[in-house]
Amino acid sequence: MITRRDLQHWARQPGAVIANTLVFPVMIVLMFGYLLGGAMIVPGGGDYRDFLMPGMFAMTMVFGIGATLSAVSTDAARGVTDRFRSLPMAAEAVVAGRAVADMLSSAVALAVLTGCGLAIGWHPHRGVARAAGALGLLLLLRFAFVWIGIYLGLRFYDNSEAVTAVRTLEFPIGFLGNPFVAIATMPAWLGAIALWNPLSSTASAARQLFGDPVGAGPSWVTGHAILVAVAWPVILIVVFFPLSVRRYRHLSH
Amino acid sequence: MVSPAIACEGLRKRYGTTTALDGLDLAVAPGTVHGLLGPNGAGKTTAIRILATLLRPDAGHARVAGFDVVRQASHVRERIGLAGQHAAVDEILSGRQNLVLFGRLCHLPVSAARRRADELLGRFALAEAGEKPVRQYSGGMRRRLDLAVSFIVTPDVLFLDEPTAGLDPHGRDEVWQTIRALVAEGTTVLLTTQYLAEADQLADVITVIAAGRVAAEGSPDKLKAMAGGDRVDVVLRDARDLNSAAELLRTQLSTEPRVDHDRRLLSVPTTDRLAALTTTIRSLEHAHIIAEDVAVRRPTLDEAFLHLTR
Repeated sequence: MITRRDLQHWARQPGAVIANTLVFPVMIVLMFGYLLGGAMIVPGGGDYRDFLMPGMFAMTMVFGIGATLSAVSTDAARGVTDRFRSLPMAAEAVVAGRAVADMLSSAVALAVLTGCGLAIGWHPHRGVARAAGALGLLLLLRFAFVWIGIYLGLRFYDNSEAVTAVRTLEFPIGFLGNPFVAIATMPAWLGAIALWNPLSSTASAARQLFGDPVGAGPSWVTGHAILVAVAWPVILIVVFFPLSVRRYRHLSH
Repeated sequence: MVSPAIACEGLRKRYGTTTALDGLDLAVAPGTVHGLLGPNGAGKTTAIRILATLLRPDAGHARVAGFDVVRQASHVRERIGLAGQHAAVDEILSGRQNLVLFGRLCHLPVSAARRRADELLGRFALAEAGEKPVRQYSGGMRRRLDLAVSFIVTPDVLFLDEPTAGLDPHGRDEVWQTIRALVAEGTTVLLTTQYLAEADQLADVITVIAAGRVAAEGSPDKLKAMAGGDRVDVVLRDARDLNSAAELLRTQLSTEPRVDHDRRLLSVPTTDRLAALTTTIRSLEHAHIIAEDVAVRRPTLDEAFLHLTR
């Protein structure tokens, strides 16, 4: 039911949904793909748009945290969460419903981006199975960020500045990685940060699986990109899933 | 004696160093409206949140509809409705969608939830606005929808936390009428309010709380009586006359007048309104003290409130 409520939101506000989940990433793809893409060089060769698409996928997954955070904190601040809690329903259901809804919306966003990528000439080079694996890793990353968003939303719902701060931090996190620019082009210290960014590992893993240029020198992280792309989200989930459930229960303290 | 719909004993709750509740005792008879009245920060909302199972008390016990709010919270939740300070409804969904959503969350089957939504829209005078998104509702309509949601499964006990805060007089009247209609069906209501008029209008019994504990309890009339009986108020033209006039009335009426220098006011408690009025006018005239206004009045609940929470 909680998931259904969000689906009803989409139905009632098609404009907002299209703008947030669809237009923005597509716009960035076109901007970087065509406007800035000409000036971009992928070290080791390869087409920039091929390099860009997996990065865009990963960035869209991470930026989804903003939507999760807003939805959770708005409900908590308005008393909707309290109302849920005063009803005879399981605490976990509220949190899980939110997670399912956000995963669905991210899956749609991913599908649209894929369509957009195909339209500008990008396509997976290494077969359907590996491409599906890449999409799986991307959704796993999103799933991790759903729990971070839920936790932060419940933690800071009465503090709109904190919510804004997190939403602002999306950008440095998004750009301090490899979605747009190859890590090999960065100064060493910056490259190290970008390399270990969870977003980067998922993007690199997706690039490998799609058969797109990875654009990074040999390093342990790049060599084990898929392993790291599984490990990072799993670590985040292991930390933030219990924290979110605990936080929800502890609203009563 | 009928067992109370709400009973709590020695409820305590601290937030850090702030004590929100300091041993609150409360008993509410079934089918009545009980007002919790108190200044900001007196612990009204904390009390409601504990009783509605949203918050755990640090100490003390509370039973609602016969069940313990901590150990049998899910049984309590099946029997209560809650309308908080915010209209806790979904802004994007329509009124009807909200009612169906919460009906489904109350474990009603789809068809029953839809039927109930239509019934409630009609009863809360929202039928015409049923399909509009809640964002477009007026304050009064939102509150009515909020109340309707808390009535999807007719609750044994309804908690209303400042149900008319922020509403205009028209919206407030609508909400009052709705609450009265609900009580007529046998629901017990515990409502918090800062508006004395609201408690006076709706509540059978009022508990005044201050600093987390009960300061006074009784019917609105009883509380007014606690603030003292009738008074004669005299406003003088010249503030310099206040002391001599106070002395004069003290001897003539053998009571202690309250002196308010800012308003040049003498307020004299009395049991015999007319006699006190005539004596006051006559003795002031005799002493050549000019009064601008002389009036007899009954205490308001406001005075009772100020008196009790001081």
